Amino acid sequence: MGMKKNKVRSAIGRPADVGIPQAFKDGNIVTRISFFVFGLGNLINKQIVRGLIFLALEIGYIAYLISFGFKALGDFITLGTVEQGEVFNEALGYYEYSAGDDSMLCLLYGVITLVLTLVMVFIGCMSGKSAYCTQFRKEKGMAIPTFMDDIRSLKEENLHAFLLAFPIFGIVCFTIVPLIFMILIAFTSYDHEHQPPGNLFSWVGLDNFAAMFSQGSKLANTFWPVLSWTLIWAVFATVSCFILGMLLALLINRNGTRFKGFWRFMFVLSVAVPQFVTLLSMRTIFNANGPVNVILRELGIIGLTESVPFFTNSLYAKITIICINIWIGVPFTMLSTTGILQNIPGELYEAAKIDGASAPTIFRKITLPYMLFVMTPNLITSFTGNINNFNVIFLLSGGGPDSMDYYYAGKTDLLVTWLYRLTITQKDYNLGAVIGILVFIILATLSLLTYRRTGAYKDEGAFQ
Amino acid sequence: MRAKRFITNLGCHALLAVLSIIWILPILYVVLTSFRAEGGSYKSYIWPKGFTLDNYINLFHGNTNINFNRWFMNTLIIAIFSTVLSAFFVLCVSYVMSRLRFKMRKKFMNIALILGMFPGFMSMIAVYYILKGLGLLETGVLKQVALVLVYSGGAGLGFYMAKGFFDTIPKTIDEAAYIDGASKWDTFIRITVPLSKPIITYTLITAFMGPWVDYIFAKVIMGNDSDYYTIAIGLWTMLEKEFVEYYYTQFYAGCVIISIPIAILFLLTQKCYVEGISGAVKG
Repeated sequence: MGMKKNKVRSAIGRPADVGIPQAFKDGNIVTRISFFVFGLGNLINKQIVRGLIFLALEIGYIAYLISFGFKALGDFITLGTVEQGEVFNEALGYYEYSAGDDSMLCLLYGVITLVLTLVMVFIGCMSGKSAYCTQFRKEKGMAIPTFMDDIRSLKEENLHAFLLAFPIFGIVCFTIVPLIFMILIAFTSYDHEHQPPGNLFSWVGLDNFAAMFSQGSKLANTFWPVLSWTLIWAVFATVSCFILGMLLALLINRNGTRFKGFWRFMFVLSVAVPQFVTLLSMRTIFNANGPVNVILRELGIIGLTESVPFFTNSLYAKITIICINIWIGVPFTMLSTTGILQNIPGELYEAAKIDGASAPTIFRKITLPYMLFVMTPNLITSFTGNINNFNVIFLLSGGGPDSMDYYYAGKTDLLVTWLYRLTITQKDYNLGAVIGILVFIILATLSLLTYRRTGAYKDEGAFQ
Repeated sequence: MRAKRFITNLGCHALLAVLSIIWILPILYVVLTSFRAEGGSYKSYIWPKGFTLDNYINLFHGNTNINFNRWFMNTLIIAIFSTVLSAFFVLCVSYVMSRLRFKMRKKFMNIALILGMFPGFMSMIAVYYILKGLGLLETGVLKQVALVLVYSGGAGLGFYMAKGFFDTIPKTIDEAAYIDGASKWDTFIRITVPLSKPIITYTLITAFMGPWVDYIFAKVIMGNDSDYYTIAIGLWTMLEKEFVEYYYTQFYAGCVIISIPIAILFLLTQKCYVEGISGAVKG
């Protein structure tokens, strides 16, 4: 097996695809040390710049650990031990605050240190692998790539690394680190009674989850109704916008329709208006004294002093929100599907016409499969987007009408808007984090299941 | 046959007309109210009794509470920078995922999918502290930089739409380019990008709209620093209880004005949606 692999590799001349364990096993002593002393293999084989970059990274990391990192890791385990206290200063005659530990910062610095460590482990593997590649090439008598070669390879076989570097850096800083941080908070007692820097909070294990699910508690009585409304909302909002938007795009794109640009413009105008504006205006339009109620009064449908409780009755509020969401979402779908509709190969339609297919058949056999192929990932993202659709709910109804039976939630609150209330208004960060994790679990199971079944995932090249 | 087609066409156009009216009416109401001469908030009628330009003029000669000029520029600057940055991120990632094959590809896509499932502002508090730790919340200008980073930092995760589009461009075009000696980078810049105008437009529009729409992140980062508010926080302030009676019509004037840059952007890029792209690509 090993022999065979070696043969294949030497035939290609590039051992780039070898795994880390394999590289460690096959590597000579220098290569193995390179996993721990970064860049050693490169430096010995005159790849000076590459080796120095590796080495500098390691030295920087060690310096960080000594100056700050070890203390951060220690604090991460205890989350701070010294509470901020008041000390009476007799000389001056008033209380002074003694600086205590800030549990929040302990947690944050701990997370950052852990992530940096992971990155270092990854770089260590890169260093070892790089040393192995060099060793391999040397044994085979091949040219060892210079630093210029490395740079040039970024435009060819390593283009993916080059293009992905910045986006991934952004994702790590602004998505992954904060996420780990918030996930950890779910296992602490960081609620409105434990606010740093005045108070410390500590690790409490699964207590918060237990509180959320304990039978009959106010939290559980809030969680289940809010969850079911969230799911109902997401299904209705996603399906209605997708179907109606696609039909609208087809209606505008069909051959007989004149003034396509004009019609598209009419609908796109509502996209051009920032969503924030639309939502706030919609809220005033459907207000108890807003224009819709005024029109209904003029038409005599309701009495002159009555008003339809668009946002104050829970059922009305739900229906109103879904309808307004259709108004907002349909032009968006139309926009995105128009581009894709135009990309459907024209020959498919010509062939179908020659074979005498009718318009509905063409739609069913060509347009719809093609649209589903391209749009399924998008559908899933818009479903998850709707479960997390903060803006629509927050700006339209604000989650109201409020309910006394709920723990700081209203009848139209989604899990995310409830999360918002719990964290920003109520300062129960631990409960907010628990809800975030639960939302994630729901979404993860739902969409990994469906996404793996789609054509776009299994067979990306079907239409290429 | 011809009569039948005529009737179908007529029906379609009538339907489109009705729908357009539904979609235009709320916008019309916003525009009408922005020109309304009578102050105050809700009225018992729709059509204004008198028209005036004062709402707009007052908006730009703002007093201490309402500094509309400044908010507008703040948002525009933030929007431009974050659009460029996030469009770059999105296009890079989606091209890599669609066209290049490497070991971590499937893993990356799954991780991206998983990360997208966490509620966005679950991480908001943490982001706030990270930015504070980096010293980016010291002055107003730095806060703006911070906001750009927040809007575009994680943008690389939203690559699905563009990837789906890249997947529909025939691979044979790329292969032809390789045979002619183009590097993968050249193929990306010279061939894929020009063929992808619709999806680039889409990416640009969505990215550009982010800062105009977002209230939460902007509010958390800007705090009470009202000189550096974006338009969304500013407009929200105008609807607060102590302001609404006085600023209701000006609020609508503000809405009309901020819709203009986005509408213009769209009109400029609408060309990209012309039909016939399928003809251009399929060789």
